[in-house]
Amino acid sequence: MSSAPIRQDTHQTEHDRLIAPGHDFGTVTDTISQIVLQRRTPLGWVLGFCISFAVLQLLLLAIVMLLFKGIGVWGVRIPVGWGFDIINFVWWIGIGHAGTLISAILLLLRQEWRTSINRFAEAMTLFAVSCAAFYPIFHTGRPWLAIYWLFPYPNTMGLWPNFRSPLIWDVFAVSTYATCSALFWFVGLIPDLATLRDRAKSKPWKIVYGILAMGWRGSARHWHNYETAYLLLAGLATPLVVSVHTVVSFDFATGIVPGWHATIFPPYFVAGAIYAGFAMVLTLAIPLRKFYKLEDFITLKHLENMAKVMLATGLIVAYGYMMEAFMGWYSGNKYERFMIWNRMTGPYWWAYWSLILCNVVSPNLLWIKNLRTSVPFLFGISFVVSIGMWLERFVIIVTSLHRDFLPSSWGMYAGTRWDWAAFIGTLGLFFTLLFLFVRFLPAISIFEMRTILPGAAGVEESK
Amino acid sequence: MKGKQPGTPDVYGLMAEFHTPHEVVEAAHKVRAAGYSAIDGFSPYPIEELSEALGTHRSALPRIVLGGGIFGLLAGWGLEYWASVIEYPFNIGGRPFNSWPAFIVPAYETTILFAAFGAVLGMLALNGLPEPYHPVFNVPSFALATRDKFFICIEAKDPKFDRVETRRFLETLSGEVHEVDH
Repeated sequence: MSSAPIRQDTHQTEHDRLIAPGHDFGTVTDTISQIVLQRRTPLGWVLGFCISFAVLQLLLLAIVMLLFKGIGVWGVRIPVGWGFDIINFVWWIGIGHAGTLISAILLLLRQEWRTSINRFAEAMTLFAVSCAAFYPIFHTGRPWLAIYWLFPYPNTMGLWPNFRSPLIWDVFAVSTYATCSALFWFVGLIPDLATLRDRAKSKPWKIVYGILAMGWRGSARHWHNYETAYLLLAGLATPLVVSVHTVVSFDFATGIVPGWHATIFPPYFVAGAIYAGFAMVLTLAIPLRKFYKLEDFITLKHLENMAKVMLATGLIVAYGYMMEAFMGWYSGNKYERFMIWNRMTGPYWWAYWSLILCNVVSPNLLWIKNLRTSVPFLFGISFVVSIGMWLERFVIIVTSLHRDFLPSSWGMYAGTRWDWAAFIGTLGLFFTLLFLFVRFLPAISIFEMRTILPGAAGVEESK
Repeated sequence: MKGKQPGTPDVYGLMAEFHTPHEVVEAAHKVRAAGYSAIDGFSPYPIEELSEALGTHRSALPRIVLGGGIFGLLAGWGLEYWASVIEYPFNIGGRPFNSWPAFIVPAYETTILFAAFGAVLGMLALNGLPEPYHPVFNVPSFALATRDKFFICIEAKDPKFDRVETRRFLETLSGEVHEVDH
């Protein structure tokens, strides 16, 4: 495929190229599709999948236990009526946001570097939303009896959901988000499924990919409509990035609970979601590029850009914490003041200060270029941020609830072993789905990678 | 495509193969200039210039998406209004039955939902997908259209199409010209 002119860009250093030199349409296609089409499943994949699948069984066990015994197996007690279920729900939903940001907003902003990370970031979004969906469904205890107040459908009682409730808004926001993310992801996959169809060696896979590709043949007229659809979907997904976590934050902000009832919640939740999401993309991208030798496509430039987004959103989150503390004092309201003081020095002080360490102190290390471009450091900090964002939700939910207005209704909260089983189980679900995804679908968008190759434009580039 | 009138060629068309995006765009301009109209180009990734060179019209998709969005807004709003005001008016905390500010959020979400379905289903419908069979796949090297090769096809239904003349013309543009069977 040497006939495709490849312009070797000599000004680019290793640090700022999006794709290693020496690639053309053929090699990009072969390298990425080979991961899916190779006959032999790598041993590391089998091992990783088996571990994830075993952990997933813990989720099933936790669900059986919950349905058998009831919600009492969880640690939620008055005054802390919301515990791990909502903490983990918000944590998972937040992680999903990076995928949509990368696929939609960065596309509209013409950020070319999104191209090699968007596909698996979108997959990550879908799987994170699946994990998140578990909690609101099962926290009702008997989901089959609870659907009528969550979804509007004609039921035998003649009742309808209360559309004034933020919990209903959440149902609409999250289900729309999940559906649109799935549509976006699938549309992006169509041309790559056609590539797999044309390159698969075995008949059964040719048929499977052929059905999924729906007869895509790369016609110029089709591409024209396709590009329009893709851009419009990006435009539609953009308000979703902002709205979903805004609506999630309304679950708290509309409640008259000190520590929740704050106007800063929507922007600060959205920034936190993107922050957590990019941390998870890094957690996944670093092993992916290593094990499948994709360093040519997911370069240091990509990792550094993600680190920069993390730094920026981390600073917004830090501002959010600062404002929460400031408003606690400035409001002059004694309950607000007590709440913030109790958060810092009360029985859960360790959670608050660990959160500050993880989310406010540690991302500032990303100012240093050497650390920002060190792969092991980024891998480490992505875990620190994920833990920090989990603690943030723990602090917001538990410390606001455990000290009620009257000292007679004070209490403490801790997750039970079944809370932990469900949480670890959703991690199993997440990684099981991810392992299946990288084995059977192209983890990097092949057709979009072709477009960023030098010499991909339809007209000769001017010298 | 059996039972056609006698005299019509029994091929779907002729297909020329290209190795670079510049060649295919240049060839597309020449094919259009030569007066052919039943033509299509194929590429492994979207090339704006190729669509333009082939004379692709503005896509109807934006209007479909707008329609989907408006429908979603009205459907979402209608559901909320009907359920809360007509079907089961219920006093919740003294709020008006038609609590329109609170109804914005679900209606906003259904707007996006239906617009997104409009974009995806509209795109598939305009492209005639899913399409289980298409003659272009009968060209053996066409499998590379999803890898690194570019193609232009002149269909036999074109009034100017002539199996010999058109072939000769395409051979001036590309080294590889294939006949496309039905």
